[in-house]
Amino acid sequence: MHRFANPTRFMRYSAAVLPWAAWATAVLIVIGLYLALFVAPPDYQQGESVRIMFVHVPAAWMALFVYTGMAAASAMALIWKHPLSDIAARASAPIGACFTVIALATGSLWGKPMWGAWWVWDARLTSMLVLLFLYLGYMALADAFDDPARGAKAAAILALVGFVNVPIIKFSVDWWNTLHQPASVIKMGGPAIHLSMLAPLLIMVAGFTAYYIAVLIMRMRTEIITAKLRSLQMSRSERQS
Amino acid sequence: MTAFWCLVRRDLRLAFRRGGDSVNVMIFFLLTITLFPFGVGPEQAILMRIAPGVIWVAALLAAMLSLDGLFRGDFDDGSLDLMILGPLPLEMIVLAKCLAHWLATGLPLVIVAPLLAVLLSMDGEGFTTLIGAMLLGTPILSLVGAIGAGLTVSLRGGGVLISLLVLPLYIPVLIFGVGAVDAAVYGLAARPHILILGAMLIAALPLCAWASAAALRLSVE
Amino acid sequence: MARGLACVRGGRRVFDSVDFAVAPGGALLLHGANGSGKTSLLRIVAGFLDPAGGELTWNGRPFEDEDHDPDGASFGIAYVGHLDAVKRALSVAENLTFWADYYGSGVTVAGALDRLGIGHLASLPARFLSAGQRRRLGLARLLAAPASLWLLDEPTVTLDEDSIAIVEALIAEHRADGGMVMVATHAGMSLPEAGILTLGAAS
Repeated sequence: MHRFANPTRFMRYSAAVLPWAAWATAVLIVIGLYLALFVAPPDYQQGESVRIMFVHVPAAWMALFVYTGMAAASAMALIWKHPLSDIAARASAPIGACFTVIALATGSLWGKPMWGAWWVWDARLTSMLVLLFLYLGYMALADAFDDPARGAKAAAILALVGFVNVPIIKFSVDWWNTLHQPASVIKMGGPAIHLSMLAPLLIMVAGFTAYYIAVLIMRMRTEIITAKLRSLQMSRSERQS
Repeated sequence: MTAFWCLVRRDLRLAFRRGGDSVNVMIFFLLTITLFPFGVGPEQAILMRIAPGVIWVAALLAAMLSLDGLFRGDFDDGSLDLMILGPLPLEMIVLAKCLAHWLATGLPLVIVAPLLAVLLSMDGEGFTTLIGAMLLGTPILSLVGAIGAGLTVSLRGGGVLISLLVLPLYIPVLIFGVGAVDAAVYGLAARPHILILGAMLIAALPLCAWASAAALRLSVE
Repeated sequence: MARGLACVRGGRRVFDSVDFAVAPGGALLLHGANGSGKTSLLRIVAGFLDPAGGELTWNGRPFEDEDHDPDGASFGIAYVGHLDAVKRALSVAENLTFWADYYGSGVTVAGALDRLGIGHLASLPARFLSAGQRRRLGLARLLAAPASLWLLDEPTVTLDEDSIAIVEALIAEHRADGGMVMVATHAGMSLPEAGILTLGAAS
């Protein structure tokens, strides 16, 4: 892990990885959408509107996955003081927040024809909304500090505390009687949906993951360059005074 | 251990002498609850239905009001530095201050809550459960709030940010607190909710102490 | 003793490769322009701030738990910074008694207050104190909660000449007892046989 700790080395590796990630994103999402919209069969109950699932479910998974990544990076920043960890965590937050918003919005669009309501206060929706608040709180806290390094560390503590919410979201549909559909893919006994629907789903997930990696790399590179710029400006102003 | 009680005593003495904080919190609690009949209408059936939720939400908001002062006073005048240098680990300092904070602001809320429940015509069945649930829930509010207070103590305009950070973490307390009282009012079993609140309190003690201490160490740098 | 200490604050390298050593009965004077890191250095020694590089040792062992007792001798650190840690709602005596009890020193505070010349204010609420009196209350902590190492950051600010003399006397007594003192100051304090460390702007 510490091989990647050096920012310069990270810039080199990431420059090589970035185009692959970007291409993978484009390709996977195009294929996934094609399969989702045209090839996968319509649901016998819900008809065509089930196709929203192919965006909604991957977005929701990514929202949880990104938060988990953020919490892991925060732990690494606090415990092992890995220098790139807090940059990675801060860069991930807006991406995760966007995925959460997409999940909530598509869920809402899907819920209207299915349940007859734009929003219901059941356990899973509520805990996903809480996840959005956690993301927003994280971003607000990190930005509130003048010193970005301290802001990142404070936000890291918050991310770890909020991580308690992630298992609650995952298991909320099992623990409470909810309107939301119970788990059908990641559960004991293997996935319960047919391959023709599972395949586009997994491809979309892969596409979203590639998107996350690509954007994360871009944001981290930007942050590293900005930090370098800041320290150059500061040392120049010191020499002049 | 005496350092712990020394700190609790001092904080209580300060709270008592300054008076403002505890009284403000209780007045805010009362005012917020009074707003609801104005907003929702005085119809008894509706008020009875929403009473547990309103009381809990008002208690949450009132508890949040006093959070900013939890560490800020000691941070601003340098006392926090000195306490860290002393024999008490920072986690215990946090617990001592949370205890004092709860005694000064949380406990009064618990005592006043049944009176306000009467204002909202809540069914008498729920009173003991309300008190019990709030006795377990309000310390959790102080503990979780300490995390938010610790993270923002070195920032200038900390107040609103604390709310944003702490409210999402308060939601589980709200869910089970209201669940307990609702269950009691409808004659269902409130025990599971109360037990979960108790479990959350026990879990919160070490976790919040750790997180808050980490946040304070960062702020003191 | 410190070797190669470095400090980074807000992304700026404040100082680098700082070495010093203080023996029992010794004193160290910190000089330097504003912003050169005197306060930061004291805070690193106090343990609030982690150095960006270098090491700090006490009797050859790393400076980990300052408030613990590695040799059975009282190994405390007393820190008097810019802020006085005086609670205005409490009386002068109550303020000091709290610290004496908190640190578990068992010292009666009346003597400490008298020594600093504020004994007559003991039952006065602290909000009525002048700046100099508050400073002296903060310094009285050094007597109320004894410690081996004194870290003083600009202790004589707002003090008049008589009070400065008292502080110098306190420091001399502390050193005679085998204690150590590190003082950051702009004013000229007379500290016989004190080492001098000047923090300049990092090159």
